[in-house]
Parts: sequence; C-alpha cells; structure tokens
Amino acid sequence: MELIDLTMIWILILGFGVLMYVLMDGFDLGVGILFPFAPSDRARDDMMNSVAPVWDGNETWLLLGGAGLLAAFPLVYTVFLPALYIGVFLLLAGLIFRGIAFEFRFKANRSRYLWDHSFNIGSTVAAFAQGAVVGAYIQGFETEGFQYVGGPFDWLTPFTIMTGLGVVTGYALLGATWTILKTEGETQAWAWRITPWLLAGMLAFFVVVSVWTPLANERVFNRWFDNAHILWIFPLATLLVCWWLYSAIRRRLEGTPFVATMTLFVLFYIGLLISMWPYAVPPEHTFWDAASDPGSQLFLLLGFLFVIPFVLGYTAWTYWIFRGKVSSDAGYH
Amino acid sequence: MELDPVLLSRIQFAFVVSFHAIFPVFTIGLAAFIAYLEALLYRTRNPVYEELARFWTKVFAVVFGMGVVSGIVMAFQFGTNWSAFSYASANFLGPVLSYEVVTAFFLEAVFLGVLLFGRNKVPPGTHLFAACMVAVGTFISSFWILSANSWMQTPAGVELQDGIFQMTSWGEAIFNPSFGLRFLHFALAAFLTAGFVVLGISAWYLRKGKATTSSRKALSMTVVLMAVLAPTQLVVGDLHGLDTFEHQPEKVAAMEGIWETQEGAPLLLFAIPSQRGERNYLEIGIPKGASLILTHELDGEVPGLKEWAPEDRPHVPTVFWSFRIMVGLGLLMIIAALAGLVQLLRGKLYDSPRLLKLYTWMIPAPFVAVLAGWFVTEVGRQPWLVHGIMRVEEGITPSLTGGMALFTLIGFVLVYAVVFLAGVYYLSRVMKSGPESFTRESEESGVAKRPLSTVDTSFEDQPWDLPGKR
Ligand code: HDD
Ligand code: HEM
Ligand code: HEM
Repeated sequence: MELIDLTMIWILILGFGVLMYVLMDGFDLGVGILFPFAPSDRARDDMMNSVAPVWDGNETWLLLGGAGLLAAFPLVYTVFLPALYIGVFLLLAGLIFRGIAFEFRFKANRSRYLWDHSFNIGSTVAAFAQGAVVGAYIQGFETEGFQYVGGPFDWLTPFTIMTGLGVVTGYALLGATWTILKTEGETQAWAWRITPWLLAGMLAFFVVVSVWTPLANERVFNRWFDNAHILWIFPLATLLVCWWLYSAIRRRLEGTPFVATMTLFVLFYIGLLISMWPYAVPPEHTFWDAASDPGSQLFLLLGFLFVIPFVLGYTAWTYWIFRGKVSSDAGYH
Repeated sequence: MELDPVLLSRIQFAFVVSFHAIFPVFTIGLAAFIAYLEALLYRTRNPVYEELARFWTKVFAVVFGMGVVSGIVMAFQFGTNWSAFSYASANFLGPVLSYEVVTAFFLEAVFLGVLLFGRNKVPPGTHLFAACMVAVGTFISSFWILSANSWMQTPAGVELQDGIFQMTSWGEAIFNPSFGLRFLHFALAAFLTAGFVVLGISAWYLRKGKATTSSRKALSMTVVLMAVLAPTQLVVGDLHGLDTFEHQPEKVAAMEGIWETQEGAPLLLFAIPSQRGERNYLEIGIPKGASLILTHELDGEVPGLKEWAPEDRPHVPTVFWSFRIMVGLGLLMIIAALAGLVQLLRGKLYDSPRLLKLYTWMIPAPFVAVLAGWFVTEVGRQPWLVHGIMRVEEGITPSLTGGMALFTLIGFVLVYAVVFLAGVYYLSRVMKSGPESFTRESEESGVAKRPLSTVDTSFEDQPWDLPGKR
C-alpha cells in the first residue's frame, strides 16, 4: 500500500470536475432548452446574453474530465465511450451546433432563426445524452475482461430515456432560475411563471427514478434498505430544498431559487455516488480496477494541480466581470 | 456488402483529424507571427505594426475557435472507435494527450483573453507578454501531440505486459527516436503555412489597392522569412526521411515506390504503382537517385517492398503520391519565395503583378502540403497502429459495428461541413473588410471576451453595406 492513495485523489478531482460541469454547463444548456418558449425575441436576446460570456468556460470542465479519465481511469473511458457510441456522437454534435450558434447568432440577421434552432436543438440533445449517460451508468455495462461487449443501443432503454428526460427538465429548471437571477421585466416575469412547473416536473422524475433504480438494481436496493439508515437524510434533504425553492419563488427572491436548484443537483449527485460506490464500471469493476498505473496518475496530477487553480480563478473572474443583470440594449457583439 | 468497422473507423479518424489539423497548423504559425509583430510594435511604436497585429489577431481568433471545436471531437475519438488501443496505451497516451488539452486550456484561461481583448486595457508590455505566451503555448500543445504520434511511429520507453503498455521510461517515451525531427519539420510547416497565407492575403490587398502601407510591410517581412524557411524545410525534410529510412524502411520503400531490393535504386518522378501487381507502370525516374539520397552512395542498397509480406505493406499509391504532392509543393514554395526575394532586392516586389497573383493562388498550397505530409506519415505506418507492436485491427473497439461507424462518419461529415462553411464564409468576410476596418474604436465596443466576439464583421451583408449602396 502506498502512502497516498492516488486513485482516491483522482476520484476527488474528477468527481469535482464532473460536478462543476453539471452545475455550470447545466444552466446554460437549460437556457438553450427553454429558448423556443421565451415570450419574445428580445427575451431570447437577453437569455443568450446572460450565458454568452461564460458558456465556453463552463464546457472546459467537460474536456478536463474527458482527458483526465483517459489518463487516470482508462477503463471508464474505454467502456463508456464505446457503450454510448451513438449517444456520445449526439452529445458532441449537439455541443458543436450550440457552440457555433453562440458565435454566429448575433452576427446574423436573416439567418438568425436558423441559429436559434441550432442553439435549442443542440442544447436539448446534449442534455438528453448526458442524462442517458447517467442512466446507463446506473444500469451497468456488459463487459468481458476489460472491454465493452454489449450492443449499440444498450444505453437506450426506457430507464435511460427516463433519466435523459429528467436531466433535460432539471437543466431547464437551472436555466429558468438563472434567467430569474440575470434578467428583468418581461423575461424575468416569464421565468417566474415557468419555474414552479419545472420544479414539479423535476420532482416527478426524481420520485420515479428513485423508486425505479433500487427496484431495477439489487445492489442499489441493498445499499439503501439493508444498512446505513442515515442515508435517508438525502431524500429528506431533497424535499426540504424543494420546499425552500418553492417558497423562494412565492416570495420572489431573485438569487435563492438558483442557489436552491444547484443544491438540489449536489444532493442528487451525492445520492448517485452513494448508490454506486465503489463501482466505476458497474456491475463488476471498481474505481481501483479502472485506475491506470500510479506513475501515470502522478505524472498528470502535477499538471492538473498546476492548472486547476488557474481555471478556477479564471472562472470566478469571468463571473465577477459579468455580474449583475443583462440589459437588453448591451448586445453581445 | 459487409461494412468493415476498421476501415470505416480509419476513414473517420483520418477525416476528423485532418479537419482538426488544418486549424492548429495555421494558428501555431500565426501566433508566432503576431508575437513578432507585437515585439516590433513595442520597440518602434510604428502604427503599421499595430494595424497588422490587430487584423491578424482577428483572423487568429476565428481559426483558433474552429481548432478548439474540432479538437473536442478528437478527444473522444480515441475512446469511441479505438478503445482497445486506448486501453492498452492509456498509461502513456492518457497523460500525454491530457497535457495537450491542459496546455491549451491554461493558455486560453490566462493569456488568450489578454491578447484578444486587452490591447486597450493592459500596458503594452503585458500585451506583448501575453502574445508571446500564446505563441509558446500553441507550441507546447503541438509538442505533446507530436510526441504521442511519434511514439506510435517509433515506440520507446514502454514494455508490453498482458496486452498493456507499461512505462519503463518517460523520457525515452516522450523523446522517442522520431520525435525530434518530426517536431522540427512540423514547426517549420506551421511557419510556412502562416507565412504563405499572410503573403497571399497581403498580395491580394496590394493588387486591390487596399491597406497599401501595411500590406507592403507584411509582404516584405514574410518574403524574407519564407526565402529562409522554405529551403530549410527541404533540408529538414530530407533528414526526416533519412530518419524514417532507419526506423520504418517499408514506409520509405512505399514513398519511393521501390518493389525490388536493389543497388542504385532510381528516384522516381512519376509512376503508377499497383498494390496488387506489385510493380509500377509508366515509370519516369532519375537513375540511382533514391540510393544517392537515402544512402549517400550511388550504388547503395535500398530494400524493396517485397521484403515484407503483402499484408505488412502500407498502401503504396497513397503514400507514393502524397509524398510527391508534398515535396512538389515544397519546391514550389522555395521557387516562389526566392523569386519574391529577388524582386524585393531589385525593389520591384510591389509591382510584380504576376508574382502577387501567384502568391494569392498559393494560399491553399501549405494546407495541402501539410495534409499530404500527414498522409505519408500515417498511411505509411499501416498496417501498424503502434509500429511493429500493435496492428490496426487489434486497436479497434470490439463492440463497434460497421453500421455504427458509418452512421457517425456521415454525421461528422455533415456537422463539420456546416462548421467549416460557416467558418470559412465568415473568415472571407473578415478578410474582405481588411486591416483598415479594425480600429481602436471598433475594438472597444466589444464587451464579451471570447474568440469570435473580437471580430465585429457581420455574418451577412447589412442592408446598408450591400455593394453599390456605399
Ligand atoms: C508546409 C508543409 C510541408 C512542406 C513544404 C514539406 N513537408 Fe514534409 N511533412 C509535413 C509538412 C511539409 C508535415 C505535415 O508536417 C509532416 C507530416 C508529419 C510530420 O512529421 O511532418 C511531413 C512529413 C514528412 C515525411 C514523413 C516522415 C515520417 O513521418 O515518417 C517526410 C520524409 C518529409 N515530410 C519530407 C519532406 C521533404 C523532403 C520536403 C521537401 C520540400 C517536405 N517534406 C516539405
Ligand atoms: C495532423 C494531421 C494528421 C493527419 C492529417 C492524419 C491523418 C491520418 C490518416 C490519413 C489516417 C488513416 C491512415 C490509414 O488508415 O491508412 C490516420 C490514422 C490515425 N492517426 Fe493520424 N493524422 C494526423 C495526426 C495524428 C496525430 C497527432 C495522432 C496521435 C496523437 C494521430 C493518430 C492516429 C490514429 C490513432 C489513427 C487510427 C489508426 C490507424 O489508422 O492507424 N494522427 N491519421
Ligand atoms: C498534428 C496534429 C495536432 C496538432 C498540431 C494539434 C494542436 C492543437 C492546438 C495548437 C490546439 C489549440 C487550438 C488551436 O490552436 O486551434 C488544439 C486543440 C485541441 N486538440 Fe489538437 N492538435 C493535433 C491533433 C490532435 C489530436 C490527434 C487530438 C486528440 C487526441 C487533439 C485534441 C485536441 C483538443 C481536445 C483540443 C481542444 C483544446 C481546447 O479546447 O483548447 N488534437 N490542438
């Protein structure tokens, strides 16, 4: 046994990276999902302006995660990607389309509606694919030795469609509460109106997924029903946070709904990890099975420790620069 | 017909990486050019340099953005289509490829913003420093990626245990035998690419009578540089070939189209190699030329392709012709650059309409040469994925079916077609508006701080700047 468990450090780093990604790209994907429902073109401008300066920094975390996975947990990388082959393609295509929509929408006039669709469809597809990844992870993968041997559509089952739609709704909620925080007037009023419905929708998905998961998966069932009753704090906390969110909406608090929604996502995330721990590639391989050579983990760790503070600092700085409401006339040129 | 996942994955990989590679090879060279302009500006305070630096920074922003978008796909290609290979080589390729991404991020996070948006906000010295760091950063990025690729050509510093490459020496693996020359050759290629684009665009402005002062400056600067670098590339390329002759002789045999091992092998200028017939048709060559270049002796022995079993040979026509396209364009670049130098010394560079026209026509040349060079390298490595150790079929994702590979191949072609057309169309608008349209004022109105947003050109014609209404 070594003095420091490098694998544990990498679990923490990548776990943190994925959480950062979900929270941050979550709301800007959510804005994209809600895009066609916005009350006016002006509202769409506002919504896009509110995420334009930060969205690509948010996606940084996805790439950092992807690259880190190959280096630190190659097994995860080489099972997830083939198993989700078509899903990964849809995710990438979605992200590319919404990416170029950001670049070109504000420079386009006649073709603007095309970029609007591109932004909306790209965001929705990307969010759905991410939800399906979560579902596929819970489902587990058919492996032989260290290779995926399942079919191309194993990741697309009623269960993963459920989780996919759940994440789309959840991101839409993040997007709506972000819109409340960043806009005023007509746009904000619309966001106030839709938030409770999205919350109800997400709660419904949460209940269904929470019931379905332990029923479909014996290991998860045992984790929750055999021992450690303390775990039940999490669903309880979830309900409390939902209440907190709902009352914040009723009292028209502008910042709280967004914070509360992010808290909800953190709780879901921890709940998921508790259910799955210590499996990286269920049902057989743990994080330690999936790890690369300690030398390789250490080699890259040095680089990550150097870069992550800068990425965090840059992120904080960008959000600071672009704090406050977006005003309708300050276009994003 | 049975769809072959290996073949389709190879085509797909070749497509996405070729698409990706054309952007960085340009941005790497352009970043260095911009840093050089900034340094000149810092020392001389000459506004011409500022105009040039401003303009080319706009172009850089757009191309860099496209490089990033296409790079993201690359990061996932390894796992989706080549999972067995990724798993086997993760101990080495994982950290090395991650370092590529990490370097690119670090750059973007810290210095790119300052370079693109900081001109009026930070002191000139800081701005120069940011420009230099961006240039250095792009080189570090390519350092890692070329190390990874060279390791596949000439693996070192690893040991295969139970189907997994375990590290024995990081130093030997990163600085593997073919890395040094490949890096040098690639760096020169990046400079040549940026250089010939700058030449071509400046020549075009001159012919149109646009931005005359700055275009003359750019033209004379780059002509001198290209006249030095283009011949250097020939020398380095030759050394690179000798290096390959030592480590991958079958690749060189394919490049030269030599089937029979022979003393005094000819240097073929033209031939139609036939993989099946194991011979060439319509050969035209210089007697004993290949032996002279490769062994430095007229009667030196050059091993022919028949030394290897048919299934161990690369696809000869592709390698043979790609090599000739690259070298041919390299020679053309030497001639064009030297002609420019002569005209410059005679004081006639700016009124040589035919030469200026040639420069404009040559804008695609470096890109074609770069891709052709990569095709030599990569197709010549076949059928090996890791030369001499792992064959391509062994690296493929076991669960991948031909249908899945075909679906994503078509998908990527469609997605990239949209990205590429939008990008090139937009870039051509930036080019058309020209250096003079990017002034301090137009820069200050931009609020957001991301690559494309530095560029204020509209995506379509505004009603008020349609031709004729101006
Ligand atoms: C502007 C681009 C450019 C130009 C003008 C040239 N090359 Fe090149 N060449 C490349 C750009 C390139 C490249 C794209 O950068 C490659 C692919 C991989 C690499 O290392 O460099 C390459 C590969 C490459 C290889 C393959 C070696 C291997 O990877 O095993 C050889 C033998 C040469 N080159 C030789 C030459 C010669 C003799 C040239 C004479 C003028 C030449 N190149 C011009
Ligand atoms: C810069 C431009 C590059 C171009 C144009 C290029 C081109 C190609 C081509 C044409 C093939 C297909 C060869 C064949 O199947 O006959 C290929 C395969 C491949 N290349 Fe490259 N390549 C480039 C750089 C790289 C780099 C930097 C890496 C590694 C880090 C890399 C890794 C691979 C891999 C893994 C394959 C697939 C397996 C194989 O067919 O051998 N390539 N590339
Ligand atoms: C000759 C081959 C290559 C060179 C020289 C190269 C170089 C670069 C450079 C300089 C960038 C920064 C963006 C830009 O300047 O456009 C970049 C981006 C990127 N490249 Fe490559 N690359 C090559 C091939 C590859 C391959 C084979 C992969 C996949 C493993 C890859 C993955 C990436 C990724 C993920 C990014 C995006 C990073 C970001 O978001 O900033 N590249 N590449």
